Amino acid sequence: MIPIKLYLVLSGVLFVIGTSGVLVRKNVLVMLMSVEIMLNAVNLAFVSFARYMMLPKGQVYVFFSITVAAAEVIVGLAIIISIFHKKESMDVDDMNVLKG
Amino acid sequence: MNSTLLNSVLFVVLFPVFGSLFVGIAGKWLKKPLAGIIASCSVGLSFVISVFTFFSLIKLPPDLRFFDKVFFQWVPVGHFLVNFGFYVDPLSLLMIMVVSSVSFVIHLYSIGYMKDEEHFSRYFSYLNLFVASMLLLVLADNFLLLFMGWEGVGLCSYLLIGFWFHKKSAADAGRKAFIINRIGDFGFLLGILLIYHTFKSLNYNVVFSNAPLILSHGSGIATAITLLLFMGAVGKSAQLPLYVWLPDAMEGPTPVSALIHAATMVTAGVYMVARTHVLYQLSPVSMGVVAFVGIITAFYSASIGMVQFDIKRILAYSTISQLGYMFLGVGVAAYSAGIFHLMSHAFFKALLFLCAGSIMHASAGETDLRKLSGLRKYLPVTFWTMVIGALSLSGFPGTAGFFSKDDILAHAYVTPYYGKFLWGLGIITAALTSFYIFRMIFIVFWGDKQKESHPHESPKIMTFPLIILALLAIIGGYVGLPESNLIHRFLSPVFLGTAVLSSNVELKTIMVSLVFSLGGIATAWYFYLVNPSLPESMKKKAAGLYKLLLNKYFVDEIYERIFVLPGRKLSSFFADVFDAKYIDGAVNETGKWIKTNSEQWRKIHTGYLRNYALIILIGGILLLGFLMTKIH
Repeated sequence: MIPIKLYLVLSGVLFVIGTSGVLVRKNVLVMLMSVEIMLNAVNLAFVSFARYMMLPKGQVYVFFSITVAAAEVIVGLAIIISIFHKKESMDVDDMNVLKG
Repeated sequence: MNSTLLNSVLFVVLFPVFGSLFVGIAGKWLKKPLAGIIASCSVGLSFVISVFTFFSLIKLPPDLRFFDKVFFQWVPVGHFLVNFGFYVDPLSLLMIMVVSSVSFVIHLYSIGYMKDEEHFSRYFSYLNLFVASMLLLVLADNFLLLFMGWEGVGLCSYLLIGFWFHKKSAADAGRKAFIINRIGDFGFLLGILLIYHTFKSLNYNVVFSNAPLILSHGSGIATAITLLLFMGAVGKSAQLPLYVWLPDAMEGPTPVSALIHAATMVTAGVYMVARTHVLYQLSPVSMGVVAFVGIITAFYSASIGMVQFDIKRILAYSTISQLGYMFLGVGVAAYSAGIFHLMSHAFFKALLFLCAGSIMHASAGETDLRKLSGLRKYLPVTFWTMVIGALSLSGFPGTAGFFSKDDILAHAYVTPYYGKFLWGLGIITAALTSFYIFRMIFIVFWGDKQKESHPHESPKIMTFPLIILALLAIIGGYVGLPESNLIHRFLSPVFLGTAVLSSNVELKTIMVSLVFSLGGIATAWYFYLVNPSLPESMKKKAAGLYKLLLNKYFVDEIYERIFVLPGRKLSSFFADVFDAKYIDGAVNETGKWIKTNSEQWRKIHTGYLRNYALIILIGGILLLGFLMTKIH
């Protein structure tokens, strides 16, 4: 059996990849994808713990999480599309109306 | 009395409420007479219920004729509990019968009088709301509900005085009435609060049964409560010094003057004093104040009425004067006499006002005595009914006013303190009263017709109410004949332990006042029919006095100088200086301060998404770190 440590390492690596994607990329679409990677890193950690502690609850939570993520992606994509219609651009640096 | 009938008393108030709502909301789609007919019917139904209740009440023995019917808890706040309940007893029943009957005939009259009015249904909606408030005022079983009715009638009075609000004088008169009533109501409300403070309840039964136990005779609190309550009555019932709104209230439609500013609302103060007589009995000072304010107002406004030229204003001053009589009555502990005069006054004064309306109807809205004359032949019904009303007002033998006014004067005569003075001034006022009302009658109906005018009698819907009221103005008095005196006997359970008269005294005072009031009529006859040049020469001889009376003792001008102008100055200081400089200044300065100080802080909002994301990440890590230190 693969020890839980390895799963957690994988989860951590995925999370860091996602986070740095969000922080350094300029393309909104890619940023959204990075957010998804972060989410899935957390899901992985969740399932691993559930399996390790033999608690099915954790796995059920992951299903919820996936469902919510799907809904969230739809909303996110819709926002990105409408922004694209307006700005003709995918660059986050063009979206700076909040600049003080 | 069975409980169904007692429950149905609620509908006495509810019918006019429904009528008001229905006519007010659906009025746009109702054809013209229909709105008036619906409104009249709702008041008519109230009258029918009152009469049924009356007949089942008199079947009971006199000391069981008291019911406090609670419908629901109205204001339950902690220990403070006020019920929505009606107090059904001889006094309130007599009042609702008078109010609903007079209201009914005036509603009928209004259908004819207001037929060319554009806002016909609005008028009837207000009128119905007024009747509902007045009935609520009379039926209330506690002071708060009384106050609600009290304010309701005040509101309707304001709305109806200013009914033709596009006319500036009408809008001003409405405001004047409302503001002056506020002054009185301020005292009234303080009185109610003091009652609650003293008795821990506002319910009539609780207050009246505890009053002799808690308050000693002549105690300061009893005097304070009753004087504060009387302050409200002074405002609502137009007594000195708060009477100035009533003459101006004649700007409203004439049936409104008849109903609200003569027959019903203005008598609310008298009713209130009679209702709370248990408290007034405890304070001889307050009783004296009530009697003196009453008689001085009666004399004062009768003297003004003698020289005015506007028929509606003469009637308004007459109303103030007659209300003074009523207060004299309740002030000398002759409560049932005061209520009796309230009733007969409601009939004959409503009649006189409706006759004035009929005269206006006949002569294109003219109310100036100098432009009216010789209408006797053209308006036969109006003429005869108005003469009956005038006779009743001046206390001609056999009319309602004769019995009720003399009832009051006889009681004043036997009052131990200053009784002869009160009585003497009352007698003189009676002479002035018959003089001014017959001056009006002789000028309007005798003499030659004005050349260009084409006077015509009013339609049946308007003359019919005149005839009914004329009958009531005569037979209304026979409930109070000196010997049998049904009305005293009916009301006596309410006013336990009040003065009883010997018929000997009553006969004596009646003879004297009869001489005075007939003398007044004769003088008017001599001045205006026999020797018409006499008034002119009198005017010249007593020019100063005449000017004083014609200008109503310059009271309006004095009030203007003392209260209105300083009030305006103070308001304009607050509006133009205080508000503009300090209030606005404070707001503007705060805004400016925030703007200058936020210059540096706005720079942290870079507008770059990744900056925000980084801050969130750092925040998340810090939070996580903090939680991990807590775990161990």
